Amino acid sequence: MAVVGTLGPRLDRERFQWSSLLMLAPGLVLLVVLFLGPVLYAFYIGFTNLALVGSRSRDYSFTGLENVARMLGDYVFIKSSWLTILFVVGSAIVGQSVLGMLLAILLRNAVVPIRIVVGSIVIVAWVLPEITVALIWYAFSQAGGTLSILLGHGGTNFLVLVPMLIVSVANLWRNVAFSMLVFSAGLRNLPSEVLEAAEVEGASAWRRYRSVILPLLRPTIVTNLLLVTILNLSEFTLIYAMTQGGPGIETTTLPIYVYQEAFVFHQLGYGTAISLVLVLIGAFFSLLFVRASRRQV
Amino acid sequence: MSAVQARPLAGDKLIVVPYRKVSAAAMATNLVLILLGCFFLLPMLWMVFASIDSNPDWAIRIPSPTLANFADVLGRADALSSFRSSLILAGTTTVLTTLLALLSAYPLSRMHIPFKRPFMLVILFASGLPVSMLVVPVYQMYVYLGWLDSLYTTALFLAASSLPFAIWLMKNFIDAVPVELEHAAAIDGASTFRILREVVLPLTVPGTAVTAIYTFINAWGAFIIPFVLTYSPDNQPGPVEIYNFMGSHGLFKFGDLAVFSLLFSVPVIVLYLFMSRYFSGAFNFGGAVK
Repeated sequence: MAVVGTLGPRLDRERFQWSSLLMLAPGLVLLVVLFLGPVLYAFYIGFTNLALVGSRSRDYSFTGLENVARMLGDYVFIKSSWLTILFVVGSAIVGQSVLGMLLAILLRNAVVPIRIVVGSIVIVAWVLPEITVALIWYAFSQAGGTLSILLGHGGTNFLVLVPMLIVSVANLWRNVAFSMLVFSAGLRNLPSEVLEAAEVEGASAWRRYRSVILPLLRPTIVTNLLLVTILNLSEFTLIYAMTQGGPGIETTTLPIYVYQEAFVFHQLGYGTAISLVLVLIGAFFSLLFVRASRRQV
Repeated sequence: MSAVQARPLAGDKLIVVPYRKVSAAAMATNLVLILLGCFFLLPMLWMVFASIDSNPDWAIRIPSPTLANFADVLGRADALSSFRSSLILAGTTTVLTTLLALLSAYPLSRMHIPFKRPFMLVILFASGLPVSMLVVPVYQMYVYLGWLDSLYTTALFLAASSLPFAIWLMKNFIDAVPVELEHAAAIDGASTFRILREVVLPLTVPGTAVTAIYTFINAWGAFIIPFVLTYSPDNQPGPVEIYNFMGSHGLFKFGDLAVFSLLFSVPVIVLYLFMSRYFSGAFNFGGAVK
């Protein structure tokens, strides 16, 4: 057999194939036109005084940092940022993650029928459309609703009395299954030898969780926290359908303020500028997520 | 392991620890779970009870059973048309997203593409972007293009916004299919598209199904995008319709509202049950970004 030297391209290295571009093209076109385009356009609009109606809807101009200056002096924006932090920290980071972990641990140790029934109920709450959750929690917290009767205050509308607490609990109620499933999978994948060793050594249940299980679950916990933060930062439907941001501005988190500025007060430019703040916060957590998941592998 | 474990303590005493016993802790575990289960069940139960109650209220109560609410809703033209709108919207979105995700994910999983890793990171980042950021520029674009108030153009944007995550999900599923089969097919002379159609597609049916169902469930519940991009009553999908009903105090009876949201929720619950058969492995985050 002759020497195979210069017969063709090297075969020991992967080469770029044009057919791959052909397959990527349709998805790329859609993403560029209706995703990347709008994102870039948003960065432009956010620095203009574009309005939905009136003369500024056609005759708008680039206003530099004017929107940023306006934000810093905007009482509603500052309150809204604070409410967003409260919502994400309270409902998502603390509530959803802690209750999710608690459920995962309890379900692991429960008898089978209770595990199946309770686990399924929690998952159904997660699968229900958001608008349905908004409706049933609206009903639950109304004056004369189930909550007011359970608490013995038949005439109290809890959605007016403690609106932020109610929407946060409703959000937690809906999303906790996600963290529960993530943690259940994490617990299932723990190396059983280590757990058995701890048990043989006579570590108490509390000690096993604190010193063995939770440290081993650290990567899962970090991933869960970041994902939950990113997902909840942009929560709109549930809060908006329950309260439209009210009473007053008591539940106007940033996504709702963006919508109101843009489509209720017709300030498309300013509304978009506020959404860019939201994007920056989200980007920060996304970067953390990417770094954390890289270290994990 | 035996049913009883023994271990010596500091003094030569031997402590016997029963391996299985019904302890107070186990009782407490189950009891707390039952209470938590009630917390999750009660709000849902209102919807179920109110839907078959002849005179429902905001509070849960034992219903005086009737099917009148169901008959009411099924006879309402606006309720039926919003189901139709939701089907068109979610169906179109799902077909588009799944097809494009499959086509994009295959080369991203299998072929040599320059800047693949940064590209996947951008895709991942994009799937975390808040939709409320995109709504204003897309609204402006749609005004300019004359695309407002159409279910199909709305579905096109829904597809674009769900595509990044779908590509990412789909790529992970294809990554899990052994590549040797494709090499064999390639050596036998099959073209790339033929390999995709006859080797990869059959093996990724579960992954494709999960991607499709996940996309459908999200599109079915999508609120802000159709809320902003459509306005005529005929084009309002279920979530927008329920929102309008909630706001129109008195115009819509509790019972009808409960029936409508119950009927609207059933499809996604059924789809989820179907999907969960394939979904069990999806919550392991090992190798999230390859």
